[in-house]
Amino acid sequence: MNDRSDVPTAAVRTVKLRKVYGNNVAVDDLDLTVNGGEIFGLLGPNGAGKTTTGGMITTRVLPTSGQAFVGDVDVVAHPAEAKAKIGVVPQSNTLDRALSVAQNLYFHGRYFGMSKRVAKEKTDELLTRFRLEDRAKLSVSALSGGMAQRLMVARAIMHEPTVLVLDEPTSGLDPQSRLALWDILRDLNGAGQTVLLTTHYMEEADELCDRIAIMDHGKILALGSASELKAKAGGASTLLVKVSGDPGELIQKLENAIGVDERVKIVMSESGVKIIGKDVAQLISKVVSSAEGLGLKVYDLSLVQPSLETVFINLTGRELRD
Amino acid sequence: MAKTIDESIKAQGGSVGRMSYVRVIFALLARDLAVLRKTAAFFVIRVVMQPLLFVFVFTYVFPKIGQGVGGGGSKEAEFSTLLVAGVVGISIIFQAIQAVALPLVQEFGYTKEIEDRALAPMPTWGLAIEKILSGAVQAVFAGAVVFPIVLFVPATPVHLHIDWPVLITLVPLAAIVSGTLGLTIGTLIPPNQVALIFAIIVLPITFLGAVYYPWASLTPISWLKDVVLVNPLVYINEGLRAALTTGVPHMEIGYVYLALIVFALVLGYVSIKGLNRRVVG
Ligand SMILES: Nc1ncnc2c1ncn2[C@@H]1O[C@H](COP(=O)(O)OP(=O)(O)O)[C@@H](O)[C@H]1O
Ligand SMILES: [Mg+2]
Repeated sequence: MNDRSDVPTAAVRTVKLRKVYGNNVAVDDLDLTVNGGEIFGLLGPNGAGKTTTGGMITTRVLPTSGQAFVGDVDVVAHPAEAKAKIGVVPQSNTLDRALSVAQNLYFHGRYFGMSKRVAKEKTDELLTRFRLEDRAKLSVSALSGGMAQRLMVARAIMHEPTVLVLDEPTSGLDPQSRLALWDILRDLNGAGQTVLLTTHYMEEADELCDRIAIMDHGKILALGSASELKAKAGGASTLLVKVSGDPGELIQKLENAIGVDERVKIVMSESGVKIIGKDVAQLISKVVSSAEGLGLKVYDLSLVQPSLETVFINLTGRELRD
Repeated sequence: MAKTIDESIKAQGGSVGRMSYVRVIFALLARDLAVLRKTAAFFVIRVVMQPLLFVFVFTYVFPKIGQGVGGGGSKEAEFSTLLVAGVVGISIIFQAIQAVALPLVQEFGYTKEIEDRALAPMPTWGLAIEKILSGAVQAVFAGAVVFPIVLFVPATPVHLHIDWPVLITLVPLAAIVSGTLGLTIGTLIPPNQVALIFAIIVLPITFLGAVYYPWASLTPISWLKDVVLVNPLVYINEGLRAALTTGVPHMEIGYVYLALIVFALVLGYVSIKGLNRRVVG
């Protein structure tokens, strides 16, 4: 096209991208680059601003300020061109209920400028590839959650987008469907599809993504591959303590006994009390004696190897799932 | 490398830009027509029921039982004749509102079904125009389906004098105005208040839309005669009277066109803005 054509353009790039709702800053001057060919994950808790970020990149949310590019198309200035380059799988089921399974694909192809013949061929091909051919004539409301999600992915890639954007693609899916969807995304990526996904499941980010941006309060707190992020956490690991009785008191006591600072963090979770930091193994005796001092019985104590959740707690002092 | 859509469109002899927006709009219209075809029987029932009962009771039953509306004898015939325009007009506007406003409620609802169409490669105004055209096409169908009923059901003969140039320009214009009205309603009324649409918009529009009487006959109630001028159905029905009948008074046809064009522009603008606000957060 021009002399820049040998410089690889990022698949997605945001520049100081910002969205403010009232006085709530949903996305805070975000600078983000998704490289062509990678699976990029935005990982963060509810309300972090993931959906809003995805919405701005995919023309569905108007930024308050800043810019977003898909390839070299400015999505705010040229939404129609940008739409041609993105495939979107929103968090909710947005299949067209007035149409059959096959028609959802066929008409999508037609919206994207395919001839009737091409749209028909691609529909058949995708139905087979996504194992939906025996449902082709059914109404989309007859699909299970996993099938509906597969159809949404098929629809989103039908027009061969530069980037496939998925918002929490496996939330609400049963474990088996989740694994199946991961396989699909890996296959697509293996065939060259750039993927940008949001998730609040650390396993999903860990398993699937080449690079992960940990996001909270509209900002990126850390960026890198899963192993880089874990390494950046400075070898922090998690000591998981399960006690009978009220762990609230224990947390109080431990905070006094250990002294919480940027190196050690203590949070309460569904599974028990988590103590995150470097060398937390050395704290085991303190933990046990503190619990005994309160008359609490420690019935399980385990050292969990660093995970992205460890990284997140280490960064924010909060659990990912809150 | 995967081909981009731009390249695919080019490969198929299209071009990116305005022309491709037209293609997208046609594809969206094809989708709406496919849905309509699937539900054709319901469409006909929905469209026919109200006018059929209305015409049957007022122009068949009443004259037969000696309760003629509008006096007796020739007045009855006149009533049947003036009703042709009114019933066709009401069917046009009613169908467009139903076809555009009601689906939007679901499409914008919890599932946001509209999203796939909103993500078609064109600006949001393209989607608005498609919605308006889709409503207009369905409105014309509705008018055409109803027309034979108002001709053949009445007990007294209906005398039509068709002014073709007026008819073939007025009906599409009326249908487009109705489509813009449907989209305005659909984008301005909160989804959980659909029933309200009927109470505060559809009922007043239809009852005060010069359906059962020519606008000129409102002269004794001059305030009402002025107030109903904000109602697009008045112009649609007056225009249809001009197109279909002679001997029934109607508004000057120039004013009818002028008013309908103004309605189309104003409501078109409002509804495009409204849809854009609903689609882009
Ligand atoms: N349409 C909206 N109107 C007002 N506030 C919103 C809207 N969408 C999102 N928000 C707020 O923006 C913040 C980020 O939300 P969101 O992007 O949905 O986060 P996530 O997807 O990470 O859970 C939240 O505080 C949310 O309440
Ligand atoms: Mg979200």
